[in-house]
Amino acid sequence: MSSSTTSENNATSSNNMMNGRKTWEGCSVLLDINDGDRLVFARLSNDAKLKIGNKNYSLQPLIGCAFGSVFQAESGPQGPFLFHSLTSSLQGNNTEEIKDGQVNVESRDNRALMDNNTAQSLTGDDIEAMRRQGARGNEIIEALIADSATFERKTSFSQEKYRLKKQKKYAPKVLMRRPVARSICEAYFKKYPTKIGFLRVDTLSLLLSMANVSSNSDVLVVDMVGGLITGAVAERLGGTGFVCNSYLGKSPYSMDIVRIFNFSDEICKRILRSPISNLLSQKESPEQILQDANVCNVESQSNDQMENTDNTNIPAKRVCKAAKAGEKAPQEIIDSWKENGFSSLIIAAPEMDTWTLVKDLLPLLSNSAPFAIYHQYLQPLATCMHNLQLEKMAIGLQISEPWLREYQVLPSRTHPCMQMSAFGGYILTGTKICSSS
Amino acid sequence: MLANDLEKRISFKRSISNGDLVIVYEKHDSMKAVTVSEGSVLQNRFGVFKHSDWIGNPFGSKVFSNKGGFVYLLAPTPELWTLVLSHRTQILYIADISFVIMYLEIVPGCLVLESGTGSGSLTTSLARAVAPTGHVYTFDFHDQRAGSARDDFERTGLSSLISVGVRDIQGEGFPDEFTGLADSVFLDLPQPWLAIPSVAKMLKQDGTLCSFSPCIEQVQRSCETLQTCFTDIRTFEVLLRTYEVREEKMGTFHGDGNDSNVSLPCKRRQCSDGSYVVSTTISSVMARPCGEARGHTGYLTFARLK
Ligand SMILES: C[S@@+](CC[C@H](N)C(=O)[O-])C[C@H]1O[C@@H](n2cnc3c(N)ncnc32)[C@H](O)[C@@H]1O
Repeated sequence: MSSSTTSENNATSSNNMMNGRKTWEGCSVLLDINDGDRLVFARLSNDAKLKIGNKNYSLQPLIGCAFGSVFQAESGPQGPFLFHSLTSSLQGNNTEEIKDGQVNVESRDNRALMDNNTAQSLTGDDIEAMRRQGARGNEIIEALIADSATFERKTSFSQEKYRLKKQKKYAPKVLMRRPVARSICEAYFKKYPTKIGFLRVDTLSLLLSMANVSSNSDVLVVDMVGGLITGAVAERLGGTGFVCNSYLGKSPYSMDIVRIFNFSDEICKRILRSPISNLLSQKESPEQILQDANVCNVESQSNDQMENTDNTNIPAKRVCKAAKAGEKAPQEIIDSWKENGFSSLIIAAPEMDTWTLVKDLLPLLSNSAPFAIYHQYLQPLATCMHNLQLEKMAIGLQISEPWLREYQVLPSRTHPCMQMSAFGGYILTGTKICSSS
Repeated sequence: MLANDLEKRISFKRSISNGDLVIVYEKHDSMKAVTVSEGSVLQNRFGVFKHSDWIGNPFGSKVFSNKGGFVYLLAPTPELWTLVLSHRTQILYIADISFVIMYLEIVPGCLVLESGTGSGSLTTSLARAVAPTGHVYTFDFHDQRAGSARDDFERTGLSSLISVGVRDIQGEGFPDEFTGLADSVFLDLPQPWLAIPSVAKMLKQDGTLCSFSPCIEQVQRSCETLQTCFTDIRTFEVLLRTYEVREEKMGTFHGDGNDSNVSLPCKRRQCSDGSYVVSTTISSVMARPCGEARGHTGYLTFARLK
C-alpha cells in the first residue's frame, strides 16, 4: 500500500490496487447481472467471456472502466457485446417514479385486466428480426410496450414491473462491483451460503470489530469458511501486521475466497498459514517443517470456487494470476507470535469442537486480547462460554445474534422488505485475562 | 488503543505503566475508563484501589482493593470505549458501528468525513478502520462538544488520525478543500437531507455515504434527496439479540417398565406406588435470549455516488 502520513496526500495517492477506482487487465470483479439475479466473480482479460442467456459476451470492454459502471448486453452485426451505458435505465425509471410522487393518487387499478398471453402480438421471430436490423435492447422494450394491448391500462406499479421483466430479458444489465469483503460476503451469502457457513455480512462485520482488527495487529484465525474471514481481516490490515490462518492436522483449509479480493502483493505477504501444532509447540521438529512445505505447494493451484460452481457461467480465462497469499509462516514470525502473543482471535470453524479449540488457542493470545467466535449453532458457543467462565480464562463473555432488516423506502410505500434473512449465525465474544497462576 | 502504536500495543511483554488508559472491569455492564496516575486511587463499592499497585502488572490482570475486592484491568479497544465513554449525546453502538464500517467499505488509507461528532463513539471506530495512513475529519457545530471529543481522542491516542472541526454542516456543507477527495461520508444529523448535496461534492466517484436517522420520516426525505446523484440506495436496521447461558440441574426419572404413564412423570412421582422415582439430577448448559434488548436505534441508509 502506498502510504503517506498526511491525509491530503494520501487521498490523491491512494490510487493503489485495493482502493483503485478503475479496473485493469487481470483485475477481479463482481458482476451483478440484472439487479442481483445473478452474481458472477470474474477476472478481466481480453479473452474472458460472460455467458448471459445463450450468448457469450467478451469482458474486454470492462477493462479500464470505473467500478460501479453499468453495461448493457447488446447484439450487433459482430455478435453480442457489452455496451458501457452512462446511466442505468433501471435507475432512470426509479427516479421518474419518485419525482412524479403521484403513486398514492393512482386512479387506475387492475380490475379490467385479463391474464392471458394474447396481450402481446410481437413474436420471438419478430424480435430476432428487429435485432438483426440493429435494434437496441431499449428499442425492443419500447416496441413491446407499444404493442402490448394491456400496458396502458396497467397501474403504474405494474407498468414498472412489466418494463423490468422485459428489460431483464431483452436488455440485460451488468453492474461491475468492486470485490471487497462486503460484496464478496453478500454474494456468497446469497448464492452459496453453505460455502461460508451462513455467515451474513453484519455478522462478519461484528467479528472484525469485536476482534479489534486494525492495522499492525497480529490476528489468529481458524477459517473454515473458504477464506472469507482471512480475506476480510487482511483487507483491514491493509498491508501491515499479519493474519495467521491456522489449521488442525496436515492440510490447510481452503482459502479460495482470498483470491477474489484484489490484494496487492503487500497485502498478500501479510497472509500466512500455520498448523496449530506449530503455534503450540515449544520447538519445532525438522520433519514437521518438511511436511508442511509440501502441503503449501499443492494447495495454491485451486480456482475460484464461485466460478466453478456457477455452471451457467464459463469462467474467464485467467491471464494474470492473482498474487500468492498464504505462504507458510516462517519460524521467526511464529517465534515472535509466541513471544508477544496474538492481538486477537477469530474462529469460524463449524466442523470443530468449539471449546477444545478455544481452550488450546486462547493461551496464544496476549493478555487482554479480544476474541470472537462464530457458529451457526448456539449450543457449542453456550458450552464454550460456560467453560471459559468456569476456567476463568476470559471475561466480558457474551453470545449475540445479529438481526438485519432491509427497508423499501418509496413515497407512501415505505415498509420492511418482504423477504429477509432470518438467520445470520451466532457470535461469542470476550476478552482473555491473565491466568490466575 | 490501536496496535499502530507499537510501544503501547498489547503483548506478553507489555505491562501497565504510569499514564496508560485502562478499562477497569467490574462486570459486564459495569466498566470505567481510568488513566493510571502514580499517586491516585480508584474508589468503588469493592474498596480502594491504589494505581501504584497496578503499575507493572500485565493488562488483563486482576487487582485487589484494600478490602480484598477485585477488578480486572483491560487494554482499551474502540468496543470497550463505546461502553465507557461519557455520553454527551446519543451515541452509536457496536452493532450499527460495525455494520457502518463494513458497508461503507472503509479500509486503511481511506479519507472519511463525518458529522456530527457527538460523543465520538463512531469516530473512534472510523479511526481504527482508516489507520495507519488514512484520516477522519469529523465536524460538529457545537463548540464545547467538539472540544470534549478532541480531548477524548487525545486520551485514547487517536488524535493523529482524527481532526475535529466546528462547523454547521447542514447550513454550510463540508469544507471545499475535501471536494472529490472523500472515500466515504457518514451523517448523524437531524436533517441529513440538507447535507446530502455537499456529500455528493465531497465523494470520489463510486464513493459511499451512510446516514443514520432514528425516525423513518428522516429516512424518507433523505432517500428522496439521494435519488439525484446516488445509486444503490439501501436502508437497513441492525439489532443484536443477546443470550444468557446457564447450567441448570434437572431431575431425570426412571420408569418401572409401566410405559403407559411415561408422559406424566411428575404426577407419578407424587403417587405412593413407587413406579417412578427421581433417580439422578443431570446438569445441562442451556442458552436463551435475554429478556430485555434495545428495540430500535436508528435506520442506516447507504448510497453510492453515481
Ligand atoms: C446524535 S449526535 C452524534 C453521535 C455520534 N454519531 C456518536 O456515535 O457519538 C448528533 C450530533 O450532531 C450535531 N449536529 C446537529 N446539527 C448539526 C449541524 N447542522 N452541523 C454539525 N453538527 C450538527 C450535534 O451537536 C450532535 O453532537
